[in-house]
Amino acid sequence: MTDQLTRRAAVGEDRRRADGRLKVLGQARYAFEQLPAGAAYLVPLLAPVARGRITAIDAAAALAVDGVLGVLTHENAPALPEHARPPLRILQSPDITHRGQFVGGVLADTPEAAARAAGLVRVEVDAAAHDTALAWDHPDAYVPDTVNPDYPAVTEDGDVDGALASAAHAVDVTYRTPMHHNHPMEPHTTVVTWSDAGVELHESTQHPHGVRATVAELFGLDPETVRVVAPYVGGGFGGKGQLHAHAVLACMAAQTVPGRPVKLALTRRQLVPNAGHRTPTIQRVRLGAEADGRLVAIEHDVAEHTSRITEFAEQTAVATRMMYAAGARRTRHRLVALDVPAPSWMRAPGETPGMYALESALDELACAAGIDPIELRVRNEPETDPSSGKPFSSRGLVACLREGAERFGWAGRDPEPGVRRDGRWLVGSGVAAATYPVYRQSATARVRAFGGGRFGVTIAAADIGTGAWTVLAQIAADALGVAVEDIELRIGDSALPPASVAGGSSGTTTWGTAIVTAAQKLLAEHDGDPPAGAEVTADAPPNPHADDVAMHAFGAHFAEVRVDSDTGEARVARMLGVFAAGRIVNPRTARSQFMGGMTMGLGMALHEATILDHRHGAIVTPDLAEYHVASHADVPALEVHWIDEEDPYVNPMGSKGIGEIGIVGAAAAIGNAVHHATGRRVRELPITPDKLLGLG
Amino acid sequence: MLDITLTVDGVTRPLAVDPRTTLLDALRERLDVTAPKKGCDHGQCGACTVLVDGRRVLSCLTLAVQQDGAQVTTAAGLGEGDGLHPLAEAFLDHDALQCGYCTPGQLCSAVGMLDEAGRGHASHATADVAAVPTLTDEEIRERMSGNLCRCGAYANIVSAIREVAS
Ligand code: FES
Ligand code: FES
Repeated sequence: MTDQLTRRAAVGEDRRRADGRLKVLGQARYAFEQLPAGAAYLVPLLAPVARGRITAIDAAAALAVDGVLGVLTHENAPALPEHARPPLRILQSPDITHRGQFVGGVLADTPEAAARAAGLVRVEVDAAAHDTALAWDHPDAYVPDTVNPDYPAVTEDGDVDGALASAAHAVDVTYRTPMHHNHPMEPHTTVVTWSDAGVELHESTQHPHGVRATVAELFGLDPETVRVVAPYVGGGFGGKGQLHAHAVLACMAAQTVPGRPVKLALTRRQLVPNAGHRTPTIQRVRLGAEADGRLVAIEHDVAEHTSRITEFAEQTAVATRMMYAAGARRTRHRLVALDVPAPSWMRAPGETPGMYALESALDELACAAGIDPIELRVRNEPETDPSSGKPFSSRGLVACLREGAERFGWAGRDPEPGVRRDGRWLVGSGVAAATYPVYRQSATARVRAFGGGRFGVTIAAADIGTGAWTVLAQIAADALGVAVEDIELRIGDSALPPASVAGGSSGTTTWGTAIVTAAQKLLAEHDGDPPAGAEVTADAPPNPHADDVAMHAFGAHFAEVRVDSDTGEARVARMLGVFAAGRIVNPRTARSQFMGGMTMGLGMALHEATILDHRHGAIVTPDLAEYHVASHADVPALEVHWIDEEDPYVNPMGSKGIGEIGIVGAAAAIGNAVHHATGRRVRELPITPDKLLGLG
Repeated sequence: MLDITLTVDGVTRPLAVDPRTTLLDALRERLDVTAPKKGCDHGQCGACTVLVDGRRVLSCLTLAVQQDGAQVTTAAGLGEGDGLHPLAEAFLDHDALQCGYCTPGQLCSAVGMLDEAGRGHASHATADVAAVPTLTDEEIRERMSGNLCRCGAYANIVSAIREVAS
């Protein structure tokens, strides 16, 4: 049993980022920034078609280039186990299952020689017919067994059709979101050294122990002989949550030059088809309400893609199961397996696209019923979690909406769309709700007394920009009753006790719980005064309240949008978010987490789309020039607030995850504001100027 | 291989480079200078921004041999001695970084940008191109738009720059 953390001297303190000084100086070494003697450079070769077979590979010209050490192909690559995840089983056959798939790699003494030689390898293929186009009525659509991570794919509760038929107000709308890419600023990189003694990887990853386990399994190694080092990670957003195929390629190449470090950094064009993405979605939402706006039925029906070789089912409609009260409810996910790269996690998988649709539909209902969109949400607050019947451990949605309305200046807003002009700009405002579940995984922490009131805390957590270096030390300080400066924290290395992935906004909950548990044990074993050298290693226990309460964070987004009536360009003038996410461990780093999510949500609303040319099965937006992520000029001053929330159920710190909720609902608030500004309901993201032409 | 000399953060570093080597790769892969980051290698992200003879340059878009004899300043060399540059201090105060990967580029870009504005360079956001520009938030955002931050620290980066600029 782990006790609640009652000392709150360090937790809650506004502190500078612990790794900030190293980072502003550029001295925090990311994965690729190892410069060992004798390093070799690897450049991958990509499949030129979306489906087919390699008939010949001619590497002669490449091998003749000065400095080239070898060319890897399916003809000479080591065999990988049959049961390995299919996207990782590269170079096992001449089959091509998506365009841009790794079909080989060139290893050379210098990056220049490797790149030059890669351009000389000739890959001949027999192309087969492919299909990369998701469609609502695709004949191959199927219902998966579960959706990520293990929710049912379908739920049905009550008589949805009957309730919809007799509802006073109803909306029946379909939204589309495109394929998205995580695009962390640090691309996926690996530096791997393979020797008889073992394998060492510097990997840009959200999960050192996960990478270790996967590499060991793929290559038949004892995990103890594999070490994965990742103290600093240049963003991930889910894209580095699992090992991707580039690291497999690097390990294969490293085996050919034992003892020599092999360096691989993906270019954007190599990364886009090989490191995960968010599926496109088509979402039909039907809402039925009484005259006063109370929902009688909610239906959320989703179509999305997966790859033909592996199934990843984004849980797009899952938040709809717990968000609002309704007498009848149906949710369903269908997948179409296509000749596309394998989709994977991207910031708030499920909630991000799903809440865009639900929260947009709520706005449409508010317009149809003539009810203020905030009031509409308040009227549909459930007393208990509609999906489980359990009470919420805390539910701050209404508080967030009310506080946001106050701060944003919502009162007196004229609901009439398309009537506010400022010169050629049309102006409008919108609101949307946010939610994200509290997940806890498993992790182990070690706490060691150094004497003199100083402690070492070790756990293989990863800081991908979230602030783990900072907040875990704050938590440890309070758990041990010392100052933050007395904590020596080590993370980001699989040689440390195992930690769960930095994903699902579960890092602080999981790792913090492990640290508090180990600290409490150490103090208890030594009457509160452990001597130098005393040490405890402890696991984060499962949450004892998991079966009794539903645990989620909530939030509310407000946006003011200006739309150029000549060009159709939409710009966000103001954005404000209020969140209820339990205890905030460090206000400074927390604000950044929320803000970062909101910024990515702004990009999702207005800019981001990975576009497939279905004729060729090719992604035609494979870099940062074609795939526009929000830039400085796109992002206004953002306001972030939170309400004080005491939640004794979630974990000893009372904190909820904050890495993902900032993006959830943000695009809906902006889309709703675009409608309020223009009267135009754009139901397909991103809201680009072509969709807002002819406003006059 | 061609012999060149780069002065990096005040230290003279002679080296022999492949003529195809970019300034960025020369710094990172030859000299172990880690402050300039590689986010795209194509001039699309700004992570590799350094100051060359005081002006901001995308080091992935220039060849090392073109910079023979140049004074290169990276984020590691912006401050005086062991102290941080005031902009770097402001970045820490405003939490203008998360993963930190874009950060050295943002800082070099900001230093170069403030210098350009001080010398009267106009930007797309400048209403009167003949007047000395005032660094409004809109001007800062426009002038910093070559530096992407996927973590979304923009709002804090702008506050940090504004504080130092004023
Ligand atoms: S690495 Fe030079 S601009 Fe991206
Ligand atoms: S801080 Fe991560 S990209 Fe800017």
